[in-house]
Amino acid sequence: MTQTSLVAPQRSESSGPRTLDVERIRRDFPILGRTVRDERPLVYLDSAATSQKPVQVLEAEAEYYRSCNAAVHRGAHQLAEEATDAYEDARRAIAGFVGASADDVVFTKNATESLNLAAYAFSNATAKAAHAPDTVDPRFVLRPGDSIVITQMEHHANLVPWQEVCAKTGAVLRWIGVDDDGRLELDELDTLIDSTTRVVSVVHQSNILGTINPVEAIMRRAHEVGAIGIVDGCQSIPHMPIDVTSLGADLVAWSGHKMLGPTGIGMLWGRHEVLDAMPPFLTGGSMIETVFMDHSTYAEAPKRFEAGTPMVAQAVGTAAAARYLEALGMDAVEAHEHRLTGYALERLDDMRGVRIIGPRDNMHRGSAISFVVEGLHPHDVGQFLDDRGVAVRVGHHCAWPTCRRFGVPATTRLSTYIYNDTADIDVAIEGIRAAQEFFGV
Amino acid sequence: MNVESMYQEIILDHYKNPRGRGAISDPAGESHQVNPTCGDEVTVQVTTDDSGHLHVGYEGQGCSISQASASVMAEMVEGLDPTEADAIRAAFLDLMHSKGAAEPDEDVLGDGIAFAGVAKYPARIKCALLPWMALQDAEAKAGITVTDEGADRR
Repeated sequence: MTQTSLVAPQRSESSGPRTLDVERIRRDFPILGRTVRDERPLVYLDSAATSQKPVQVLEAEAEYYRSCNAAVHRGAHQLAEEATDAYEDARRAIAGFVGASADDVVFTKNATESLNLAAYAFSNATAKAAHAPDTVDPRFVLRPGDSIVITQMEHHANLVPWQEVCAKTGAVLRWIGVDDDGRLELDELDTLIDSTTRVVSVVHQSNILGTINPVEAIMRRAHEVGAIGIVDGCQSIPHMPIDVTSLGADLVAWSGHKMLGPTGIGMLWGRHEVLDAMPPFLTGGSMIETVFMDHSTYAEAPKRFEAGTPMVAQAVGTAAAARYLEALGMDAVEAHEHRLTGYALERLDDMRGVRIIGPRDNMHRGSAISFVVEGLHPHDVGQFLDDRGVAVRVGHHCAWPTCRRFGVPATTRLSTYIYNDTADIDVAIEGIRAAQEFFGV
Repeated sequence: MNVESMYQEIILDHYKNPRGRGAISDPAGESHQVNPTCGDEVTVQVTTDDSGHLHVGYEGQGCSISQASASVMAEMVEGLDPTEADAIRAAFLDLMHSKGAAEPDEDVLGDGIAFAGVAKYPARIKCALLPWMALQDAEAKAGITVTDEGADRR
């Protein structure tokens, strides 16, 4: 293990807006040093899909396996104690990163599972209510005629689970529309969210459009009508300072792998009272209090939602990621990305035949930028960029209805993070130009 | 291999000047196939005439590879005996699964040989195969059968 790289680069303490030392940061990411496609340097512009991992995260995970791997929350031996401490310390660090208490953060497999956990609370409570109404909190019991409100810019992970809940309960799915600039049509808010509404689940920052939504106002309206408010924070929490307790939500979902952490772990923060009222999702070992042959009682949250052997190493890795980001300063991360996003928007806007899908102004928007090139399918654009070593995402970005809203089958999306600089954007712009020239469009 | 060599002139030509595009009258079978990862879509219609020969039409939207592949397919199988068409389909499948190692036979594949380079890009193989999958499915729906000779090549 090298001594040099185990502490994240400190933010500069000079006055004025703090900036990230991108060159220094890049040295922490071994993968950014490799080449692709005929020795081209890798230009990674796909962090909205998954971020790269600094050596601090890789080492934290490896060190856990090297030094104290054991089953957590059981066993009388020293390793079990150390592993349990590592797991719960990680929970505290990750909770602290989003301004939460450790007791209110549930570990899941990924953010999709976090959102499913929330959705299943409703369908499971509704199923139980049919024959044992006293065992469930009525806030989670849905009836035909109840409504669930989402937006037209949800990732499939915050859309399909609610379609399933509707199919099981007879509730109706409604959505807040998206305007031509990629903003929510919020003038409909008070009519869409009405006395029938029991759940409001919205994305904080769109993974396809980049739009940052005013979730506080939407959650306020949800609570006015007594609905449970849920926020998908996958694209926002890695990129800006966020205190989940101040969003006004009851539940907030996000993942580790988009915030420099490993794959295989997601988080669900909940107001403790709400988590306590939710029925379990996955059941089995670790989540119980007592078990008899004919019935069981369950542990308190968060353990109630963590059945089976948990993802300890991933939690430890994600905690290291949170510490890395905290050392940089999330306000500095946000400022860096805001500057890069402004640069990318300007360069794309200047290009002939390029149409940005999503907000063109750099206000209330994040660093995921989707665009289409006239006469060129995104797959072909992506292929040309790949040939130059540029990794972007092409397709519908698990937001197919959003693509349909804009009348496009797919988009090309570039997305930046702490290790990108304007030079990366320049390589991408050159690649788009080359594709246009090659196809004669 | 660079990207320009994947996009052979033949592919670009079929992409820009598609052959056989459009619906046919009275299709006996139709199949709509999508690539759920990228949204490419193609709908293939088939029928057979009194002498049992295939007639094919298609519509679609998507990348150059998927749309050019549809055009090549429509041009190649139009008017063929279904068993002959199936042999071409099987040869094209083999080519796409060759990881770029196969020497394509122009006598069998015609313009289809231009897709040899595509086989080196796993993300694009599905694009190239999409219309051929639709053809197979449309034929099945139309009750068009092939003899063992064609089936053996699968």
